[in-house]
Amino acid sequence: MSNLLYILIFLPILASIAIALGAPARLSAIGAALVNLAISLFLFASFDSTAAGYQFAASFPVIPSPEISLSVGLDGMSLVMVLLTAIVTLCAVWVSPKQVEGSLGLYYCSSLLISAGGLGAFCATDLFFFYAFHELALIPTFLMIGIWGTGARKMVAWKITIYLGLGSVILLAGLLALFINLGGKSFDMATMQAAVAAAELPATTQAWIFLTLLIGFGILISLFPFHSWAAPAYASAPTPTSMLHAGVLKKFGLYGLLRVAVPMLPGGINTPLPLPLLGEITVLDLMLWLLLGNIIVIGLVTIAQKDLDLMLGNSSVMHMGYVFLGIASYNSIGFSGAVVLMFGHGISIALLFALAGRIREHTGTLTISRLGGFGKLAPFLGLTFAFAAFASIGLPGFANFAGEVAVFLGAFKGAGTEITFLQGATIVALWGVVISAVYMLRAYRSVFKGEPHEGATMPDLTFSQRIPVLILVASLLIVGLYPPILLDKIKPGIELIAKAFAE
Amino acid sequence: MGNFLEAPYLLEAVVVVLGLALLMLEAFLPKADKRLVAYIALFGLAGVLVASFNMKAPENLEHSFWSFYATDNLAFFYKNIAVLATMLVIVMAIEYTPVLEKYVSQGSKQGGLGEFFCLPVFVCAGLMWMASAKEFITIFVSLETVTISFYVLVAYMRRNVGSLEAGVKYLILGALSTGFFVYGVTWVFGLTGETHLEKIGIALQGLEGSDSAVLFAFTLILVGLGFKVAAVPFHVWVPDVYQGAPTPVTAFLSVGSKAAGFIVATRILQPFLEMERLHSSFTTILVIVTGATILFGNFAAIPQTNFKRLLAYSSISHAGFLLLALTCTPDQFQLTPGQVVAFYLATYLLMTMLCFLVLTIVRRSTESDEIAAFSGLHRRSPFLAFALLIGVISLAGVPLTAGFLGKFFVFTLAIDSGRWILLAFAVVGAASGFYYYLKVARAMYWEEPTELAAIEISPLARLALLLLIIATIVFGVYPAPILGLLTN
Repeated sequence: MSNLLYILIFLPILASIAIALGAPARLSAIGAALVNLAISLFLFASFDSTAAGYQFAASFPVIPSPEISLSVGLDGMSLVMVLLTAIVTLCAVWVSPKQVEGSLGLYYCSSLLISAGGLGAFCATDLFFFYAFHELALIPTFLMIGIWGTGARKMVAWKITIYLGLGSVILLAGLLALFINLGGKSFDMATMQAAVAAAELPATTQAWIFLTLLIGFGILISLFPFHSWAAPAYASAPTPTSMLHAGVLKKFGLYGLLRVAVPMLPGGINTPLPLPLLGEITVLDLMLWLLLGNIIVIGLVTIAQKDLDLMLGNSSVMHMGYVFLGIASYNSIGFSGAVVLMFGHGISIALLFALAGRIREHTGTLTISRLGGFGKLAPFLGLTFAFAAFASIGLPGFANFAGEVAVFLGAFKGAGTEITFLQGATIVALWGVVISAVYMLRAYRSVFKGEPHEGATMPDLTFSQRIPVLILVASLLIVGLYPPILLDKIKPGIELIAKAFAE
Repeated sequence: MGNFLEAPYLLEAVVVVLGLALLMLEAFLPKADKRLVAYIALFGLAGVLVASFNMKAPENLEHSFWSFYATDNLAFFYKNIAVLATMLVIVMAIEYTPVLEKYVSQGSKQGGLGEFFCLPVFVCAGLMWMASAKEFITIFVSLETVTISFYVLVAYMRRNVGSLEAGVKYLILGALSTGFFVYGVTWVFGLTGETHLEKIGIALQGLEGSDSAVLFAFTLILVGLGFKVAAVPFHVWVPDVYQGAPTPVTAFLSVGSKAAGFIVATRILQPFLEMERLHSSFTTILVIVTGATILFGNFAAIPQTNFKRLLAYSSISHAGFLLLALTCTPDQFQLTPGQVVAFYLATYLLMTMLCFLVLTIVRRSTESDEIAAFSGLHRRSPFLAFALLIGVISLAGVPLTAGFLGKFFVFTLAIDSGRWILLAFAVVGAASGFYYYLKVARAMYWEEPTELAAIEISPLARLALLLLIIATIVFGVYPAPILGLLTN
């Protein structure tokens, strides 16, 4: 039982090795992803939602001093992220083409390795491996975009690699600063968390470390103004890479903020720092300004997009702002909302990219003005795209709605008569929902409604192609109609995190 | 003394004898395939490597004749690095034989080739000697054994202008730096009356009078060492010599020479840094050199189009990270700078040798060291491409490869010692590393190949590559064996 998480992480890696040694690529990849989904569902079902702390924990010591071990374990939050990763991975390898130019093995190996990186990062309870696994995805992404990307693929691949490389090195510096300040003996997260109270770090030190982590994680999450890598990368990347990266990997930074920065730096958020150009500002206020940048500025940018893939890429950047808002609310409701929203967004954006990828595969273009009437040509495609678009806007009945509501509630929890910056920002952020409705519905109308262009064809999805789409739609609906399925499991772990700074 | 088998210099003596035997063999068997010499050297060194793990270091040497000779963990660790590096260089040299034949031979096909396989063994002996040296005369003699062998090796391809140019440059600048080093040593001797590093440390603590003399001596020695480890501003020889020298020799310079320079630096800097009165001055000088090395090495690597030159600048940038470790005085962290440097060098050995081995094989079939020559390597030989990919991402410091852990420890040391500016430089440097190392990956995977013929790899090279790949990944995830050698 305790070794299940190791199997979960290493199965994709072993499958990649098998593929490299000549095993059939598609079959092995789908097989590994199916087994992983089964394991995740089993873990989800047998997860004890009354217990706080890590379950299914296992540890394998790597270095005695400083203590590094390959420890894994799940709390509610990581459980949800693992489930998200498993679902998206299966769908991503499923929608991958059966033939590619060049090496098919490399194509599937890259997807599997990205998935393994995500799973490892979410399962790890050791800071070293938490960081290290995430980086495992960097090189496959670079190769995927560079080899099989579309448009200005080379430039885009460089951009994402350098951005993410820089972001992760900054992140590393921040994490190591945290490690040293919490005693510098062990990288085990639980041990570090336990050291927080005794360490009594000066608030300013905490704030500086928090800021470093915010920038490091922020680059990985495409926090405004470090977002410019994201939209072109998702637009250019092959479909499975966009699905895995936008759906799963980008959540790593948000997950990291909740897992590391929030509980381990309780005093860092409200201490003013003298920053150049900005004057005295707390990290929380800075975060709120930046997330408004994500929601409003990028929201408006998204409206202006003329290509479906760039629009989806930008919308994914924009929606990160809401998850940030959940984190910035600093209470358990907001945090839970952030986690559910991460799940909902991950599934919906993966679905959108999968469907857009299908359209591009057939028409060779995603320029909105050159598409039209696909709802008549391919009704199933149109219907599921509508579902995904509605979910993405945040209509009730879909997972995203549950998350967004909790995020907004979290921001107003315990609000007095006076409106704080947090609440003000939330009110502004609410307008973002209108913005998403504008671009999503407009794109949906142009692409799927009306009459098809002359001579345009678009075959509907075949039975085999419908399976991953249905899995994603079902996930959105199940969580949307019955959010406690996730919330109950998230609650104990999140309350532990919320307690860490409340003390 | 008595028992030869317990002598502290046993391993070095065996290596020297091996080298002499090989020379004789080479001389008395003129008709034999010269690669035979290489294979024998390989087996001999493998024996030494195995023996070194099973040897018990003689203890209590402080008051014996051998007091100038360190037999600590660090010394044995560097000896292992030296032997391992030499073995890999010889494997590379075997692969490189066709190129050597073209530029060296006269008369018969392999005329004048034998020494190329013997000289690395002597370099190895010098490196092993240096690993134990903690006295200036010994340091100097071993340093020169290594350097003089390298003068010959660098210029070995006598019909290749590049190799000759490299040889001349290395000779002139090497001699100059040796001059600086010896001049520094004489100043230290003049100040303290000692050549033994531990005694110099004690003498420096109680030293009265002019600080500038100590600073002068320190700076002179640093110039000498800076040349060996390729620190800025004493790096000017590196790109040209790396590019011109035969590839196996470049690999040897990059790993062997650097490792030797750093063990000596670790030992020499210690007595100076322990001198409280001038500690901050010494550190300031070191920090300036380190900062310049990190920034220059990484930034100058960005525009390179020749893979060998790229590796030369990469070598400079790694020297910067290693120097950064040496400037640190950790407070909380449990590894000492000396241990981190040794660990870093061990991982550096794996990944650099991996890159050079692939370079040697590709060079043989494409006759070019340009990054463009690697275009589409993935199509021509997926195995070579994967090996080089692992090599470059490890050099870039991607986690779960050995190269990451070295940087990881260096960063931790820097934070623990509050070296914030150097840390910022290191962050920028490491991030730019992603760009220039991945340029090679781009060529291999993104670009179309110019020709499609498969590249032949000999079984020996295949085995070496496989072992290096496995080691790079395994030690990246589970570094305990290497750290165990350093801490026990």
